[in-house]
Amino acid sequence: MTTTLPPARLALTVGQVLYHWSRSSLLHFYADLADGPADTIVLGEAVCARRRELRLDDWLALGRELSAAGKDVVLATQTLIESEADLRLLERQAEQHEFAVEAGDASALQLLAGRVPLVLGPHLNIYSRAALQEHADLGADRWVAPVELSLDQLAAVNPAQDPVRTPAGRPMRTECWAFGRLPLAFSARCFTARHHRVPKDDCGYRCLADPDGLLLSSTEGRPFLVLNGTQTQSATVQNLLGDGARLRAAGVASLRLSPCAQGFSQVLADFDEVMNGQASMAGRAEAWAALGVPGPFSNGYLHRLPGMVWQSA
Amino acid sequence: MHQELPEGPELVCPAGSLRALQVAVDAGADAVYLGLKDATNARNFAGLNFDDAQVRDGVAHAHAHGAKVLMALNTYADAHDAGPWHRAVDKAVSLGADALIVADTAVMAYCRDHHPGLRLHLSVQASATSHAAIEFYRRRYGIQRAVLPRVLTLQQVGQLIRHTAVHIEVFGFGSLCVMVEGRCALSSYVTGQSPNNAGVCSPPSAVRWVDGPEGVQARLNDVLIDCYAPDESRGYPTLCKGRFDVAGERDYAIEEPTSLNTLALLPELMALGVKAIKIEGRQRSAAYVGQVTAVWRAAIDHARAAPGRYAVLPEWTAQLARHAEGQQHTLGAYNRPWR
Repeated sequence: MTTTLPPARLALTVGQVLYHWSRSSLLHFYADLADGPADTIVLGEAVCARRRELRLDDWLALGRELSAAGKDVVLATQTLIESEADLRLLERQAEQHEFAVEAGDASALQLLAGRVPLVLGPHLNIYSRAALQEHADLGADRWVAPVELSLDQLAAVNPAQDPVRTPAGRPMRTECWAFGRLPLAFSARCFTARHHRVPKDDCGYRCLADPDGLLLSSTEGRPFLVLNGTQTQSATVQNLLGDGARLRAAGVASLRLSPCAQGFSQVLADFDEVMNGQASMAGRAEAWAALGVPGPFSNGYLHRLPGMVWQSA
Repeated sequence: MHQELPEGPELVCPAGSLRALQVAVDAGADAVYLGLKDATNARNFAGLNFDDAQVRDGVAHAHAHGAKVLMALNTYADAHDAGPWHRAVDKAVSLGADALIVADTAVMAYCRDHHPGLRLHLSVQASATSHAAIEFYRRRYGIQRAVLPRVLTLQQVGQLIRHTAVHIEVFGFGSLCVMVEGRCALSSYVTGQSPNNAGVCSPPSAVRWVDGPEGVQARLNDVLIDCYAPDESRGYPTLCKGRFDVAGERDYAIEEPTSLNTLALLPELMALGVKAIKIEGRQRSAAYVGQVTAVWRAAIDHARAAPGRYAVLPEWTAQLARHAEGQQHTLGAYNRPWR
């Protein structure tokens, strides 16, 4: 009898930048990451087709540089596909053969499967083992779980001891949203443009002014959500820095860290040292606020509670 | 010679109860959609939906009047127990439903493997917004109809229809989701329960009304969603329709309480090749269903008989206005006034 041991390393994936950052901000951000502990870096614009500080050719060039620096690079597709132009971009992502592609919706599954290595994005609504198996049958061997799933559900869908497998027999790897504001909803409508009372198609790219999104609070001052163009995020930052053992036990193989505008390289370093270097987490997350990392923290989804809740260990 | 009228779109009406089903069929629905009394459908509310005997009676009534029964099985199977979803599929077959409305690939795979002859409609909760996405579900699971999320413009709907062999159903009337259906976890973020994982949004069990200093507060799991002055009409605190503070401005920051009403677009929808029009509202009363169904039946019949002379009659508008949330009607994303 052999048993499958949990992976020694919890791999660290830097998710695609979900906000609208300027070209120079993006290039600086990725130059820093090249020397950092990230294993995988996801590149591309997943939220709004109008954001074009970097085009596909720019992302591909950046991907080559990061690849040369030893990073595993994945291209992200848009989450909401609305137009023929959106589909043409997907087709171009399918035609490149350098990088795996993270599918944001079923359009991407249709156009990418069998053509490029496929990563299952967090918005594909895979809530059960049978659904994950359906997607493994497309050849995908990496799955970013929906943020709503709890630890016990992750373990039931893709347990470490008996993972879902692709037709070629490769085990599925589960990735979990370990750091960052939660991507909660998408719309055709742009809420940033709505706030500024400008039309979406002539928005002046007002979201460039909000590198961590636009905070929405209840009228009694409780930070609640964040408007990021057509995406709505949580105001809280999901933070699973203290959950390494539980995540491993639930079969999680990699952690997604979703970029924020300030202090992200320290977050990444802390995750690497705590998850993979046996360092103590004491005081680490508490020090992020001084670097400009947003807060407060939440981890409710992990424990089958409302996602906004923070449950201390 | 008798001249055949052009085929009209199928009028698909909500049935939250056996009474609503009967009223809808009698008022001229071509099809009704219903769900079972559990988390397998996206209107999982107390006092709503059907047990087995009611499904059987509903199917009998509908079929006797030439109408179809579509069963909504449009949530996502639980990670620990897919049993209720599998049993719901089996029941749909044994009780004589004409089609299942599905969103989860796990459920579709079960249908494909166990009931290959069962007609499948892709639920709006599957978030398929392009012909490529629809083709994914057609090839793998044989879906024959897809319900489009309420986010595309008319031009995009037309473009999609030209590129797919699958029949397209669109929302015509009812409450409006501003988010892409199947892509919204706002409700579980606040309450733990969402359309995808529990078939509910902003569930009543999490709502609390509190008398505050400035009026009546509507709270959802203690988050203040809205506050109503004594002279303001109160709405249900669906969390995306609350008033919030953004950069010092209090406003409906996401969506004002409005209803979708595409009656004025009916000839255009028909010209684009839309095969079915869905009325939202399984949570509404039988009286609502009957009146809205009657108006839409009349409108579709008018548009079929004389598409060039079609106009929305004032009495239709008056009838529908009584049922609109927030007493406002919009054309939703189809014409995108905010574009």
